[in-house]
Amino acid sequence: ENTKIRVKPDHSGVVTDGVKHSMNPFCEIAVEEAVKLKEKKLIKEVVAVSCGPTQVTETIRTALAMGCDRGIHVEVSGKDYEAMGPLQISKIFAALAKKEEASLIILGKQAIDDDCNQTGQMTAALLDWPQGTFASEVTIDGEKVKVVREIDGGLETIKISMPAVLTADLRLNTPRYATLPNIMKAKKKKIANMKPADLGVDMVSRVEVLRVDEPPTRLAGVKVETVDDLVAKLRANGTI
Amino acid sequence: MAAVGTFSRVVRLSSCFGRRCRLISNSAQRRGIASCIDPAHGLSDEQKEFQKMAFDFAANEMSPHMAEWDEKEIFPVETMRKAAQLGFGGIYVQPEVGGSGLSRLDTSVIFEALSTGCVSTTAYLSIHNMCNWMIDTFGNTEQREKYCPELCMMDKFASYCLTEPGSGSDAASLLTTAKLEGDHYVLNGSKAFISGGGDTDVYIVMCRTGGKGPKGISCVVVEKDTPGLSFGKKEKKMGWNSQPTRAVILEDCRVPVTSRLGQEGQGFNIAMRGLNGGRINIASCSLGAAHACVQLARDHLLVRKQFGETLSSNQFLQFKLAEMATKLVASRLLVREAALALQEGRSDAVSLCSMAKLFVTDECFNICNQALQMHGGYGYLKDYAVQQFVRDIRVHQILEGTNEVMRMIIARSLLSESG
Repeated sequence: ENTKIRVKPDHSGVVTDGVKHSMNPFCEIAVEEAVKLKEKKLIKEVVAVSCGPTQVTETIRTALAMGCDRGIHVEVSGKDYEAMGPLQISKIFAALAKKEEASLIILGKQAIDDDCNQTGQMTAALLDWPQGTFASEVTIDGEKVKVVREIDGGLETIKISMPAVLTADLRLNTPRYATLPNIMKAKKKKIANMKPADLGVDMVSRVEVLRVDEPPTRLAGVKVETVDDLVAKLRANGTI
Repeated sequence: MAAVGTFSRVVRLSSCFGRRCRLISNSAQRRGIASCIDPAHGLSDEQKEFQKMAFDFAANEMSPHMAEWDEKEIFPVETMRKAAQLGFGGIYVQPEVGGSGLSRLDTSVIFEALSTGCVSTTAYLSIHNMCNWMIDTFGNTEQREKYCPELCMMDKFASYCLTEPGSGSDAASLLTTAKLEGDHYVLNGSKAFISGGGDTDVYIVMCRTGGKGPKGISCVVVEKDTPGLSFGKKEKKMGWNSQPTRAVILEDCRVPVTSRLGQEGQGFNIAMRGLNGGRINIASCSLGAAHACVQLARDHLLVRKQFGETLSSNQFLQFKLAEMATKLVASRLLVREAALALQEGRSDAVSLCSMAKLFVTDECFNICNQALQMHGGYGYLKDYAVQQFVRDIRVHQILEGTNEVMRMIIARSLLSESG
């Protein structure tokens, strides 16, 4: 699925028309974890949520086919969608969590289109809930959750109270394939539709994208014969 | 997206990141912007879900192993069982006996997608499905409940036994006899080229209980380890190497009369009804191979340079690729129409299934062969998947009724008195 990415001619963003979209891989892992928790009877119901234009309902259906009970489509399209970022999404999720009386929000650690890695953290902050991010292992223990986190130094284990926000890292689990019977059952599951305004969320972006460029083409390197030459060159171009 | 400043990272909108970064060696499953041959066109949302899942399964579970399965002649039992857990063991078998209860069109879409991962294994899956359906459709309650659930989960594997050394195209002249002795049939004879033979558990055997011709043929289920059932040597084949092919030998093999599917004399009809669907499935497998090869060829043309340009600048190759794509889409439309006709019980179903099998297996072989040519010398190397697609689908023009027999069926339909 390696589509070549191109920058729009007006440098306002990246071309997304005609590119096949699918569920963010870390979100797949998050859905899988939620479904597994439900299968272990540790949680009662799994609701799959997505924010965006009509096409995102396909992604919600995939989540339903993996085992979620119902879906919520928060409709955001056009200019609002182009400007939508982690802050707006976090506000939506926070409002929904309160409305649905959720005890756990499980997200992918980051989306692979913008690599922001902010939504989970912002959502927890807005709700003043504890967060277990970069989770590679999740264990529910009564009203608490033990989370093993992947951090730069290795693995960190924390225990947080519910309600909480978790973000899934790569090694948390291997997402299941939807089975044919589950895909058919998913058709009957409900996807509620709402708008950010229904949740009292303002979608105004605090961030303005000035310009999007491709990374500079890699320049050819220069070979040097001795260490002295190397030091001289580094001095000459101001690196040292 | 980005804050102030230039966007300094490469953005990947859809990368093969899931499933723990498994690398895809034969990256034919790309679903990028070649949208004119996109196999999702015209499908319902639900069918697109099936297709997506089947493509993912093919890319992750089959494609990385396709070359090894071919080289080492491995029958990938575990992978097929994984497929069965997703519902691929009895796709058009009824849910009450463990099947997925899907339509012929759904089935075609699924086999087309799976075939991009490994033609040979998908083709065996389709044969297994055909046998499962035959028991589900023509079996009585006891037989359906005995066999179908296990076949749907692929706890047991099935084989279809019609062809004999002396009767291929002239299938109705088969010689394997089934003599009634009390409450048993005693089977004597041999079957040739049986897919899965020797490694499968349930054999659907067409045998003669009555007089000459099709009306004397019955269909009997023979289980592995029945005394009198033995197998020939494993055949060495040009392709289809992930499934074993052996002769099935019956020497005074006794099976209870209760193993007979349907009535005495109904066997040939059952066999042919099974093959209608089988032909759509085999054609669908050819489609998947051709789709994969068109993508492989396109990718190669964009990369390979000669005479100072990429091959994609060469008009002859551009035109050839366009022809391949056109024939691919035409083939796909014909198979899907045949599937629709069969599931709706239309009067033209049998002819359409024959037309689809004839046209699609021929055209798709040409597409794959042409894709190999476009790869130049590299196309001949086993490091490149295109040669395996060519070798694997070559037999689709021969089995489940040769393409010559398909012409017979179509001509008969055109020239018959009531036509």
